[in-house]
Amino acid sequence: MNGYIHSTESFGTVDGPGVRFVIFLQGCPMRCQYCHNPDTWKMNSGSVRSAQSLIREYERNKAFYTSGGITVTGGEALMQIDFLLELFQLAKQNGIHTCLDTSGVTYRPGVSEYNRKLDDLMAVTDLVMLDIKHIDPAGHKVLTGHDNAGILAFARYLDEKNIPVWIRHVVVPGITDDPQLLTRLGEFLGTLSNVKALDVLPYHIMGVSKYKELDIPYPLEGVEPATKKQAMTAKQIILTAYWKIRKRAKA
Amino acid sequence: MENQYPYEGWLGFREGSWVREIDLRSFIRHNFTMYDGDESFLAGPTQNTLDLWDQVMDLTRQEREAGGVLDMDTHVISTITSHGPGYLNKDKEKIVGFQTDKPFKRAMMPYGGVRMAEKACADNGYTMDPEVKEFFTVHRKTHNAGVFDAYTPEMRACRSSHIITGLPDAYGRGRIIGDYRRVSLYGVDFLIADKEEQKNRTDSAMYADVIRDREELSEQIRALKDLKKMAASYGFDISQPAKNVQEAIQWLYFGYLAAVKEQNGAAMSLGRTSTFLDIYAERDLRNGVFTEEQIQEMVDHFIMKLRLIKFARTPEYNALFSGDPQWVTESLAGVGTCGKHFVTKMTYRYLHTLYNLGPSPEPNLTVLWSTRLPQNFKRYCAKVSIETSSLQYENDDLMRYTHGDDYAIACCVSSMRLGKEMQFFGARANLAKCLLYAINGGVDEVSKKQVGPKYRPITSEYLDYDEVMERFDAMMEWLCKVYVNTLNVIHYMHDKYCYEKIQMALHDKKVTRWFATGIAGLSVVADSLSAIKYAKVKVIRDENGLAVDYEVEGDFPKYGNDDDRVDALANMILHKFMEHIRRNHTYRDSIPTTSILTITSNVVYGKATGSTPDGRKKGEAFAPGANPMHRRDTHGAIASLASVAKLSFKDAQDGISNTFSIIPGALGKDDDLFMGDFGDLGMELSDLGLEPDELECNSCAAVPTLFEGLDGE
Repeated sequence: MNGYIHSTESFGTVDGPGVRFVIFLQGCPMRCQYCHNPDTWKMNSGSVRSAQSLIREYERNKAFYTSGGITVTGGEALMQIDFLLELFQLAKQNGIHTCLDTSGVTYRPGVSEYNRKLDDLMAVTDLVMLDIKHIDPAGHKVLTGHDNAGILAFARYLDEKNIPVWIRHVVVPGITDDPQLLTRLGEFLGTLSNVKALDVLPYHIMGVSKYKELDIPYPLEGVEPATKKQAMTAKQIILTAYWKIRKRAKA
Repeated sequence: MENQYPYEGWLGFREGSWVREIDLRSFIRHNFTMYDGDESFLAGPTQNTLDLWDQVMDLTRQEREAGGVLDMDTHVISTITSHGPGYLNKDKEKIVGFQTDKPFKRAMMPYGGVRMAEKACADNGYTMDPEVKEFFTVHRKTHNAGVFDAYTPEMRACRSSHIITGLPDAYGRGRIIGDYRRVSLYGVDFLIADKEEQKNRTDSAMYADVIRDREELSEQIRALKDLKKMAASYGFDISQPAKNVQEAIQWLYFGYLAAVKEQNGAAMSLGRTSTFLDIYAERDLRNGVFTEEQIQEMVDHFIMKLRLIKFARTPEYNALFSGDPQWVTESLAGVGTCGKHFVTKMTYRYLHTLYNLGPSPEPNLTVLWSTRLPQNFKRYCAKVSIETSSLQYENDDLMRYTHGDDYAIACCVSSMRLGKEMQFFGARANLAKCLLYAINGGVDEVSKKQVGPKYRPITSEYLDYDEVMERFDAMMEWLCKVYVNTLNVIHYMHDKYCYEKIQMALHDKKVTRWFATGIAGLSVVADSLSAIKYAKVKVIRDENGLAVDYEVEGDFPKYGNDDDRVDALANMILHKFMEHIRRNHTYRDSIPTTSILTITSNVVYGKATGSTPDGRKKGEAFAPGANPMHRRDTHGAIASLASVAKLSFKDAQDGISNTFSIIPGALGKDDDLFMGDFGDLGMELSDLGLEPDELECNSCAAVPTLFEGLDGE
C-alpha cells in the first residue's frame, strides 16, 4: 500500500544506530512549540510512495547501511500505522534493522483494533525512539497541544513488550529545564526496564526559517536556544533520579 | 647470513630480492611488522618538539603579518645545492633541512617560467634580480617559453577562452613522486651505480629517444651527486645505507628536500613511507638503540619539516588552488596483495603528530582504507578524524587491483606505483563550455569569438536532445584532440627545460607514464542534458543569434539523487570523453587517464563560463569534482554518493571526487550528551560510536573512488 511521504534522507546518522535511511512520513497531530519541521504537519499530503519502492531505494545502497537500517519518523509516523506495518514487515523480510521514531501520542491503553495493529508492528520493530517532551500533563498540554497520559502509557506498553527504547528529551530554557521536572522525568524513566539510551537535546532555532516560509507565527519567538552545557546539566539531573529508582527496582 | 651483507645498515634485515636489486616492495614484505594494537603506546611531544613548534608558530604569525610571505630569495636560483644549511634550532632538531638557508624563506625557481617566478616575487613585494631575469629571458630558455614556441593559434585560443584551463604550461607540473625510501635503504652510491649501469645498457643506435634517455640518465646521476653534496652541507654522509631510524628518516627527507629545492610542482607528494620506516624503528627498539619517545620525536620533527615546505607563488595560482597548497601527500596503511595489512606502529606515529603538533592540512595524511584494516586502527582513524579533521581516506580495495600494493597518492587522488609509475599532470577540459560551443557552433559565449570549429549552430527555439547530443559529441571530439595535443606540447617542453632530475633518479629506468587529463563541469553537463531530455529548455539568444541564456520549463531529474535517468547521462559523457581522448597520440607512450576532481578550481572555471541549459547562470561556480550541483541533491549524502559511484572507474582511473563537508553533529551523536553512564544496562558506548563501516561513507574531503568499491560489493 501507499503512504504519504514528506521526504527521505539517505544519510541519517542521528536517528538510531549506524548510518540509516530515514523516511519522514507526512502528517502530525501534535503542535509542539519548538517543532522544527512544521512542513510535516499537514495530513494527507506530500508524495505518495509504496512501501516496496522505499525498500527498493534502501536496498540499492544497502552497502552503506551495514550497521544501520531504516528509521521512520515524521510527522507522526504512527498516524499511518497500516502503511508503517507493511513497510516494517517488508523490511524484516529483508533483514533490515527497523527503528520507529515517535511521540507516542496516538496510543490509548486497552483493547482496540488499533492496538492489535500496534502489537503486530512491535513484532517487527527493533528499536523505538520515544520523545517525552514534558513530564507534567499540564505543561505537556501547553507545549504540544496534547495531554501526555497516552504517551507515558505507551512507554509502559513498550516496557511490557520489552522493546528497546531510546528516550529523547529537548531542553527548552524556561519550559523544560526546571530541575524538579527533570527529576520527575528521571523517576518515571526509572520505572522502565527497557531504556537503552537517553538523548538530551539542547533546543535550537534552526526551524524558524521554515515558519517564515509557511507564514506561521513562531510560538517560541524570543526563547534563547539552549547550550550544550544546559543539556548536559539536565541530562545529569535526569540520570541521577533515574538511577535512584533503578537501583531500588533492582534491589 | 647477516654478516654477508655488504652494508652495516642492512644488518638484522631479512633477505629478499631487495638485496640484489632495487626493490622496496620486497624489502617491506620481508621485514615489516604488522601492528594490531591500539594507540596506547604512543609518546607525547618532547620539550624540544614543543620549543621548536613554538618557534614555528611565531614565524607563522610573522609571515601572516607580513602579508603571506616572510622572506624570498630574489637572487639565487634554487637547485639541490644552491643554499647552505638552514635550521630552526640546530641543537634541538632531530631531523634537519630547509629549502633555502633559513626557514620560511621561499626559493626562486625560474625553470618552469621566468615570468611566473618574477611575478611571484613582485606580487609579494620583492624584485627579481635583473640579471636572473635577463639570463632566463636571453640565455636560458624556460619550460614556459618552449611551450609558447610550439603552441598553435588554436591551442592559444582554447587556453585564453578557458575551455582548457589550469594547464601546467607556466608552472611546474608536479604529480611525480620520487621513491625517496631508496635513499635510506641503499644509500646514494648504490643508486648512482645503478643509474650508471642503466646508462651503459642503452641501445647503441642513437635514435632521438635513446639520446634523450642517455641525457636524462646523466642528469639523474648529477642530481644524485648533488643530493650527496647537499646532505654533506648538513654534516651527513648519505652515500651508504641508513644505519638506524633517525638516519633512515633523515636520508629519506633529504631525498624529498632535493626534489622540493628543484621543483615547484603543483603537487609535491611524499609517497608511502611509514611502513618502510617502521622496519628501522622496530630494529632500533629491539636493539635498544632508541626509545619510543625518541622515535616519536624524530617523526614529529620530520612532519614539522614537511609542514614548512613553501613555494613562491602568485595570487592567481593561489586562487586556482584555493590557498597555497603543496600537496605533500603521504599514503598510510592499505593492505598487501598477500592479504596482510600494512598498519605498523609508525602509521600511528604519523597520525599522532596531529596531536603532538596540532591539526594541519599538510602533509596531506591519506589513509588507504580497506575493510581488512585492523579494528583498532579503524577506531583510531575515526577518533583522529573527529578530533582533528585532518585525514583523507581513499579506497585501497579498489586501487590495489590497478596499482598493486606499493603505490602512493600524488596530490589528492592520483595513484602511482612508487618508483615505477609517474604522471603527466594535465589539468582539465571544461565540458560545460564545450556543450555551449556545441550549441553555438564553436563560438565562445563569453568572448563571442570563434574558438572551436565552425560547426552548424543549433537554431531552434527549444533544444532537442538528439540534436544537442550529436553536436556535443562532435565538439567533444574536437576538444579532446586539441587538449591532448596541447598537453603533448607541455610535457615535451617540461621534460626538455624543467626535467625532474632527482625525482626521476629515484625511479626505475623503465617507467610507466600516465597521461592525465581531467574534466570540469560534469554535473553541469549531466543536468543540462537531463533538462533538455526531461524538461523543456528554451534558448535565449542575443542580437547576433548567439545563445547566451536558457529558460528551463518544468522539472527534470538532477544528478546527485541516485536517479538512473540522469546518472546514466553523466556516465555516458565520461565514457564518450575518455574514448575521444584515447583516440589521440599521447607523448612518450603514456597511457591516457582522466579525473573528475576539481576540488578547488571549480569556482574559477564557473566564472569563465556562460549560462548553461540546466539553469545555472553565467559566472556561477561549477560543483567541485564529480559533485552534484549545489543544492540540487535533495536526498542526502548517500544518494549523492551513489550517483557518483555509478561513474566508471575504468574511465576515470585518475580519480573521482565527491567533496562534502559536514558539521560534526551531523555525523552522529556527541558522546557527552548521549548515553553517559548507561553502561550496565547492556548498552555499550561502542554501539553508539562511529562504526568502521560507517566511516567509509563518513570520511571527509576528497573521497575519490571509495564509494565505487562499495557499489561493487
